[in-house]
Amino acid sequence: MFPEFDDLYCKYCFVYGQDWAPTSGLEEGISQITSKSQDVQQTLIWNFPIDITFKSTNPYGWPQIVISVYGPDIFGNDVVRGYGAVHVPLIPGRHKRTIPMFVPESTSRLQKLTSWFMGRRPEYTDPKLVAHGEGRQVTRVRSQGFVTLLLNVVTKDMKKLGYDTNSLDMRTFSVADLSEGILK
Amino acid sequence: MRERMREKLKAARSKAESALQQEIPSPRPRRFVSLKEEEVTGFGEEVRKTKKYISISLKVLPGFPSTEEAYNFFTFNFDPEPENDETKDQKREESNQEVEEGEEEEEEKPATEEQELINKKDADDFLLDLDQTIDDFLEIRAAEYESIHKIKQKEREILFTPSSHTVPTYKKVPENMQPRYLEDEGFYTGERPVVPRINQNIMENRLLIQEQERKWFGDDGRILALPNPIKQFSTRPPIFSPEEGIEAGLETIYRKAVSSIHKNQYIVGSGDSLGQFQLDIDISGLIFTHHPCFSREHVLAAKLGQLYDQYLARRQKNQTKFLTDKLNALRNAVHTVPDSTKPHGSGHTAQERMNKYKFEIWQTRRLRDAEEEKDRTLLKTIIKVWKEIKSLRDFQKFTNTPIKLFLRKEEVDWKIDEKEFETEIQAEANELLEELMDEYEKKMEAYRMEYQEWKTWKKAQRIRKKKKKTEEEQDEVAEESEYGKEPVKPTPPEPVDKLAIEQQVREKALHSRRKPGEPILVPELSLAGSVTPNELCPRAEILRREDIKKRSVFLKVLFNNKEVSRTVSRQIGMDFRVHFGQIFNLQIHNWPESITLQVYETVGYGSTILLAEVFLPIPETTVFTGRASIEETEFSSNQHVTLDHEGVGSGEPFSFEADGSNKIILMTSGKVSNSVAWAVGENGIPLIPPASQQNIGIRSALRKVDAIASIGASGLTDMKKLAKWAAESKLDPNDPNNASLMQLITVANSGDTYVPDFFRVEQLQQEFNFVSDEALNRSKRFRLLHFRTQEVPEFRNFKQVPIYDREIMEKVFQDYEKRIRDRGIIETKDHLDTHRAIVAKYLQQVRESVINRFLIAKHHFLLSDMEKQGSILGISLFKLAEQKRPLKPRRKGRKKVPAQNLSDGDIKLLINVLRAYDIPIRKPIASKLQKPSRSSRPFSETLATSPSAQSPTHTVENVLSQVLVRPFVEVSFQRTVCRTTTAEGPNPSWNEELELPFRAPNSDYSTTSMQSVKDDVFINIFDEVLFDILEDDRERGRGIHTRIERHWLGSVRIPFNTLYLQGRIDGTFKIDIPPVLLGYSKERNIINERGFDSFRSLSEGTYITLFMTIEPHLVPGESVREKMTDMLKKFDSQEDEKLLQAAEKFHVECALKFPKRQCLTTVINLRGKTVFITRYLKPLNPPQELLDMYPDNPQATAELVARYVALIPFLPDSVSFTGICDLWSTSDQFLDLLAGDEEEHAVLLCNYFLALGKKAWLVMGSAIPEGPTAYVLTWEQSQYLIWNPCSGRFYGQFDTFCPLKSVGCLIGPDNIWFNIQQYDSPIRMNFDITKPKLWKSFFSRSLPYPGLSSVQPEELIYQHTDKVAAAELQDRIEKILKEKIMEWRPRHLTRWNRYCTSTLRQFLPLLEKNQGKDVEDDHRAELLRQLGDYRFSGFPIHMAFSEVKPLIEAVYSTGVHNIDISNVEFALAVYIHAYPKNVLSVWIYVASLVRNK
Repeated sequence: MFPEFDDLYCKYCFVYGQDWAPTSGLEEGISQITSKSQDVQQTLIWNFPIDITFKSTNPYGWPQIVISVYGPDIFGNDVVRGYGAVHVPLIPGRHKRTIPMFVPESTSRLQKLTSWFMGRRPEYTDPKLVAHGEGRQVTRVRSQGFVTLLLNVVTKDMKKLGYDTNSLDMRTFSVADLSEGILK
Repeated sequence: MRERMREKLKAARSKAESALQQEIPSPRPRRFVSLKEEEVTGFGEEVRKTKKYISISLKVLPGFPSTEEAYNFFTFNFDPEPENDETKDQKREESNQEVEEGEEEEEEKPATEEQELINKKDADDFLLDLDQTIDDFLEIRAAEYESIHKIKQKEREILFTPSSHTVPTYKKVPENMQPRYLEDEGFYTGERPVVPRINQNIMENRLLIQEQERKWFGDDGRILALPNPIKQFSTRPPIFSPEEGIEAGLETIYRKAVSSIHKNQYIVGSGDSLGQFQLDIDISGLIFTHHPCFSREHVLAAKLGQLYDQYLARRQKNQTKFLTDKLNALRNAVHTVPDSTKPHGSGHTAQERMNKYKFEIWQTRRLRDAEEEKDRTLLKTIIKVWKEIKSLRDFQKFTNTPIKLFLRKEEVDWKIDEKEFETEIQAEANELLEELMDEYEKKMEAYRMEYQEWKTWKKAQRIRKKKKKTEEEQDEVAEESEYGKEPVKPTPPEPVDKLAIEQQVREKALHSRRKPGEPILVPELSLAGSVTPNELCPRAEILRREDIKKRSVFLKVLFNNKEVSRTVSRQIGMDFRVHFGQIFNLQIHNWPESITLQVYETVGYGSTILLAEVFLPIPETTVFTGRASIEETEFSSNQHVTLDHEGVGSGEPFSFEADGSNKIILMTSGKVSNSVAWAVGENGIPLIPPASQQNIGIRSALRKVDAIASIGASGLTDMKKLAKWAAESKLDPNDPNNASLMQLITVANSGDTYVPDFFRVEQLQQEFNFVSDEALNRSKRFRLLHFRTQEVPEFRNFKQVPIYDREIMEKVFQDYEKRIRDRGIIETKDHLDTHRAIVAKYLQQVRESVINRFLIAKHHFLLSDMEKQGSILGISLFKLAEQKRPLKPRRKGRKKVPAQNLSDGDIKLLINVLRAYDIPIRKPIASKLQKPSRSSRPFSETLATSPSAQSPTHTVENVLSQVLVRPFVEVSFQRTVCRTTTAEGPNPSWNEELELPFRAPNSDYSTTSMQSVKDDVFINIFDEVLFDILEDDRERGRGIHTRIERHWLGSVRIPFNTLYLQGRIDGTFKIDIPPVLLGYSKERNIINERGFDSFRSLSEGTYITLFMTIEPHLVPGESVREKMTDMLKKFDSQEDEKLLQAAEKFHVECALKFPKRQCLTTVINLRGKTVFITRYLKPLNPPQELLDMYPDNPQATAELVARYVALIPFLPDSVSFTGICDLWSTSDQFLDLLAGDEEEHAVLLCNYFLALGKKAWLVMGSAIPEGPTAYVLTWEQSQYLIWNPCSGRFYGQFDTFCPLKSVGCLIGPDNIWFNIQQYDSPIRMNFDITKPKLWKSFFSRSLPYPGLSSVQPEELIYQHTDKVAAAELQDRIEKILKEKIMEWRPRHLTRWNRYCTSTLRQFLPLLEKNQGKDVEDDHRAELLRQLGDYRFSGFPIHMAFSEVKPLIEAVYSTGVHNIDISNVEFALAVYIHAYPKNVLSVWIYVASLVRNK
């Protein structure tokens, strides 16, 4: 849900630890541009399916999905509208995650003005930074909007390796993650 | 009809409402009304809702309104009703409106009742109005007016101003009731939040008016209120500042401090600690000699105790006895001395000794008397104090102290005693008498003398008087004064009265000594007495005792004024003794400055008071644990305490007398019994810091806090006690303030529940430690993960750590463990040369430390690392004015990709091979028939003038090709090989693009690792030779059977690093062609024929034009590098601040004018300090050996020196320091390290040239392929020469093939000149630095050269290289290379031609001597003569020696081993020429031989 903005698209990428490897699916992608719905809620709906499977030897570095939303400003420049990240749920099943999004702020008023004027808002050098904590202390951000994700997670052989993420019986070796992004 | 409609409407509305109410709180999935034609959408509730309405409306209306009907009413398209009239349409519209309204309501919040009613009314009115005529709407009336009074009256009815007066209590409480104060009745009421009185009053008034019931008021007549919700203390955990002590209640576990490996161990001087030392402080206990809680009896008892102690001490020493014995001995001596001395006749000395003895006797006696008297008085005082105690006990009717004094009488035999006494007295009296007699004698003597004098004087007087009468009057005055001195007539001394003396002695003895027969009194102090129990004591005394119980004491141990530990808190006993019995082991690093104990007292649960500080002496180095004795150190405090009970207080006057006279003031004081000693280590070595440290007062930040002691401070040791205290102090159990305390007490009282007497941050940590730390460390998997997080280089990019331990190979750790183990050991195996091994080790260490620093820097982020944002206004506005789509688009750079996003296979190396010039051409293989001289042409002939000497006379039958040469280019990188097609002729043009994959080490594509890639791109040029191997001539017509052979012609080596940092490399490079290329020669005439300009021919050599780049374009880690440089700049500099500022200014000015030109003023030396660059330049002597070689040819000497410098291996800083920083080493360091990059080479060469008397400058600029680099410029006979310090070659200023492409600045020993000319290409420049318009100098008239001293050494000292070692190395290299070649040919037999090898070996020294020139002809001739039967292809390779690996790589790249003719033989010879300072020049001659048929 991005109250002020329209015509947004989102990019996603996965951030995962060294012990993880994607076995199928794209770990980075970009969605279509969507406009606001005509109804009162004015939601932006992408209905963009992402399908990815990971395998790993170590839960350390459990994958996170990083969403960054972009859209044009009044001058038509493509600017970032929000960054957000969430861990893929550990528990298999269907999960709905609403990620609060945020954008970096300009460092000064003057900068803010020019950046607005020029349509060159501050951006992270790498969207994957939002999945890590390191170095974030130098940035100032403002929250704007939410992104809702619907994630369907299937795991395999977790219990066999001693990771009991669910009381239900599981027999999985790799974590298959099927997520579809709905953005509000 | 209307009525019906209204009813319907009403029903509908109520229905809508109810539906709303149902829906909004719980949007349950609803049941759809069996309408399949509707498509189901997943969009949300709203859509469904509307659809439902539609669906319902499709139903037929029944006759009467029901809930179903009501819904139907809201539909758009219901069935036409039988009663159609005019209003129907209106109604329909109306209903539509309603529907919309309803929907709006649904979307908003549920409307309130009133609103709904109003709506309804309006609607009804509207419906009613429909029947009325228009006239009904029009009515004319006068404007309504209400008088102000009426308004006021109305207002008065409605409005009310609450007064702010206090409401009397009776109004607030129910009738006939007194306010009841719960607090007074003992209930906990809590603290109300603070509200100003006036606001309370207003509220109370308001409540009284509004609500007649008094439900808002409590029993006490106040407004009901909850207690203040704000906590008195913050729940946020306190932040511990290192200055404060650790919060009480935290259990701290001592972990040994681990020094971080991310420390610069090699660059900045390291202060390695000498290990740990230990000081044991044993605090056994504490005794108060005075305490405020002392009762009078205690004071006396303490006094008695002290006296008794004194007595005991005295008795132990037994000074009296000692002195008495001494006296007796002396007396004996006196008796014996005269006899023994007299016979010798030395009466004088005897007399002297006698006197001495006597004096000693006298002294000893006096001492003894004093001692005896003291003993006696002490005994008397003891008895007196005891009596006082007894009387006090009697007086106060209870006893407080168990102290009891017994006096044991030792009966003595009266007679013996008296006899002894008498003899003693006699002896003493005699002595005294003797003494006095002596004195008397002396006095008499003196008297006599005086008397005599007096007499003579008298006589003289008389004579004078007689004279006087005869003499004149005037003399009288003077003489009068003489007479004034008239001596008194001496009186004779009193004779000694023996009896009197005896009496005197007797009296004294009686006074100070035990009377004869009097029993000896031995006091014995015991604590056997009973203390009156509390019940029998008066109240004040009980209070006192209670007070003592509340008091507890603990000691803090301060080491170097820092608290290191503390004892447990112990209650003060009734006897005012506290026993601790704790030993503190202080692990220390430095010699201690001070050890202090602080005595703290806690009263009840109140604050702790610092009573006193006890300073302990630092033990001698000989005092060890176990041998140290317990010592008592006294302390006293100046605190003033007055108590309201029996305790006498401290610092307050009190008295024992009833009338309060005779006041005494006592201060709190006591003794700490302790011992301080040095600990002894496990192996028996005392853990004492070396004495040298004693004076260095380094404060140790070591802290160790005893956990239990820290709780002691909070006083929560004893739960039972706490409970008791809580009961005593009548804590309100309902008070939330006390809740935690109460809970604690209940837990404690409930029985066995264990309450830990400390607080843990992670209480459950223990439970979660499913495995012990040791077991965890044993786990290979855990270790692997651990190393990876620590970023240990071997594991930094380890991917997919296996799940099971068993899947982890042991060898994973082998490298790492080896490296850790070998840190100190120098491995000679890889290096073949000890010196180089040491250097490599050193470099490795420096690198490690730099990397560690870099790792720290890497985790230090700047905003620019995190965010991209537009630059500041000026530039951005300028950009705004820029056209979005310019008509003439400019070329845009490729998009740069940050390297870390990449993975294997993403990066490619693109190499565009354009063309080559002047490739050596084949010479007809001279068969034995041909004269060797035919092909031999003078090589030194620079301008080849001979016309087409090379006619196509390829008569040799097995060479098929008619062309001179068929070259192709093969590029090899990371063992991947790629080649172009074959072109023809010596100036081929390929114009082909080759693509090579790039793999980063360990698949780590971070900037750091990319910058440290050491791989080189080898561009080799080969000649493709076709040999006809048809065996049978008859088949020639039918088939072709040829063998392709490739002959290496030369190579270009470009480090990947250069490519990475530069982004692309574009230019013409000189191909390294071996000095001797058998079978090939240069064809100069062709070049001439084609009319190339004359410059070309000046530079002999073969060139290739290349374009190289990396796809995608990688961002070199510039930001990191700059950041590091910034970091390094922060390191201190020894330069003058002014100079540094000037340098900064110079920099900025230069960068403003020519941002691309390199300008260098300060550099960083190996210690990480900033040094002004000119300090590096200073004339330095080249090795004498080189100077001696061509004593009369300066040009040759210069070349030789350049060659020497070039022979020092090249190692780019970016490799050694992973592109972080550029460190400059001085020339001697450079020569010691035997590795360096362009700057070091250039500096050394420049220094040599300066020493040779040349005008030389350092040129900072950029060149191909190195990029930013340093060259050397010299001025030689009317022309400038540019020297490449790394290759040793030199170029004229106007040489087009000079690799130096731009010049930024020149640096001389005393100045820096920045190039401010329009062009920076050396060809178009003027090197005359005296022209200020062309060169901007750093030191000018405004800033004169301050005469900076050089950082270079005075003189370079060269050791001769060990020839034997060099020879040995030579053999080893040869062996290794031979093995390698065999290894590369796994499928073939490798034969070595020994004869050829030995021949080659003879050639190599010759090559070295001539530096690869002028030997080819003789060489070839010789070879041919010797190996006539063989087809020979081979070449010498010349390299500077650094490691074996590059040599192997170079041999591999030539592809000699690729020949797979069955009868091929190989020859390989290695020669090492040793230059001074271990600079080695390596020649490798590889050849392949094929026997001619």
